[in-house]
Amino acid sequence: MADKYVSPPLTDADVEGLVAGDQVYITGVIYAARDSAHKKLVELLNRGEELPVDLRGQIIYYVGPSPAKPGRPIGSAGPTTSGRMDPYTPGLIAETGLKGMIGKGSRSAAVKEAIIKHKAVYLAAVGGAGALIARSIKKAEVVAYPELGPEALQRLEVENLPAIVVNDCHGADLYEGGMRKYALP
Amino acid sequence: MRTITSDAVIEAVASLCQEANFYLGDDVKEVLQKSLEEEVSPPGRDVIKQILANVEIAAGEQVPMCQDTGVAVVFLDLGQDVHVEGGYLYDAVNEGVRRGYTEGYLRKSMLGHPLGGKNTGDNTPAVIHTRIVPGDKLTITVAPKGGGSENMSAVGMLTPAAGAEGVKKFVLETVKKAGPNPCPPIVVGVGIGGNFEKAALLAKEALLRPLRQPSPQPDIAEMEQELLTEINKLGIGPQGFGGRITALAVHIEIFPCHIASLPVAVNINCHAARHRSVTL
Repeated sequence: MADKYVSPPLTDADVEGLVAGDQVYITGVIYAARDSAHKKLVELLNRGEELPVDLRGQIIYYVGPSPAKPGRPIGSAGPTTSGRMDPYTPGLIAETGLKGMIGKGSRSAAVKEAIIKHKAVYLAAVGGAGALIARSIKKAEVVAYPELGPEALQRLEVENLPAIVVNDCHGADLYEGGMRKYALP
Repeated sequence: MRTITSDAVIEAVASLCQEANFYLGDDVKEVLQKSLEEEVSPPGRDVIKQILANVEIAAGEQVPMCQDTGVAVVFLDLGQDVHVEGGYLYDAVNEGVRRGYTEGYLRKSMLGHPLGGKNTGDNTPAVIHTRIVPGDKLTITVAPKGGGSENMSAVGMLTPAAGAEGVKKFVLETVKKAGPNPCPPIVVGVGIGGNFEKAALLAKEALLRPLRQPSPQPDIAEMEQELLTEINKLGIGPQGFGGRITALAVHIEIFPCHIASLPVAVNINCHAARHRSVTL
């Protein structure tokens, strides 16, 4: 477990260097998308149409920010529960080359398999620390689906956004390992 | 008979929505501080530190502590000698929510239809629970409830043979199944007795109690303590990264129940046990 600094687009080698429990700081561009945006992206994929953004090597942050106060790039912006994106994630990883997901909470077996098979990584940001996390987000712009309001697909420019590796491409799972380590009889 | 204007209700609700989302109660902050000392897991400690820093930023900048500013759950304790003038009471509550969520830059999370409907755009309607009480005052409590932790809540229709052991098992299983999803450290509200819907409401009301204030009933206070200890042995820890602080408190409310029933409801809340009250 160590501190790691990454900037998307991520390569296979970048992802292989991330291990469950690592504290990661992300700088560069990431994409904000949650339930409805995922549904729309996967519908496009299923119809063989082009996505509004090229996700190769990119990171999606599962977040529906609160509205920005005047003069601010974004409102509070902590992670939402990742499990709701599980039905869409394996397809996105396999077909677009998506490399990273940031959220909170457990992933399905199918997502974990896709992470191993296609060399991707699942990270958790601290749920409930939305005001703190927002300080790492320097710019936010809607790139698709503005009608979805807080669920729109957004392009975020981030500086040292903190997240911790939960599922790495080597098959380790911080949630399972952490619970085993600290459980008492 | 005392008159309260609907405008006063609108203003009160609008302020409470914002205050509840910006300022975490001192009771919760104190328990978080104490938990930081008790947590042995390094990533767990780091999470609690981030949560405490987040609480200060939110209050200082008047931004919501969490982007999920919740369903506006509103409890109205309406004195039976109060007359509301100027409009329908529930319209006033919803107007207050509309103003509070708009003026406070809070997220609007309500869909007009539960099956894929459009966002209502102003976080209405509120979920309103009214209790008629003696007197000529109106106490309004706004308790914004986030979706992530609400989704991990459960109702179990146990039967009397299950007893206290069955209740404890159900609570523990619900928390274990929730794992990292509801943003631990969590606050666990439990309702025992009544019937199907009463148990769920009791569990929600349990979340409004000052954090770690024990139940006035000794046997229930003991069960709260025992459950807190057992939950914190699960090892889930802050954010599920592993640790000893999975829950900050367990609060239980009870109600008499049918000879054939033992309903139990578990309402899970994240650390942001947000609620603010005012009496008009």
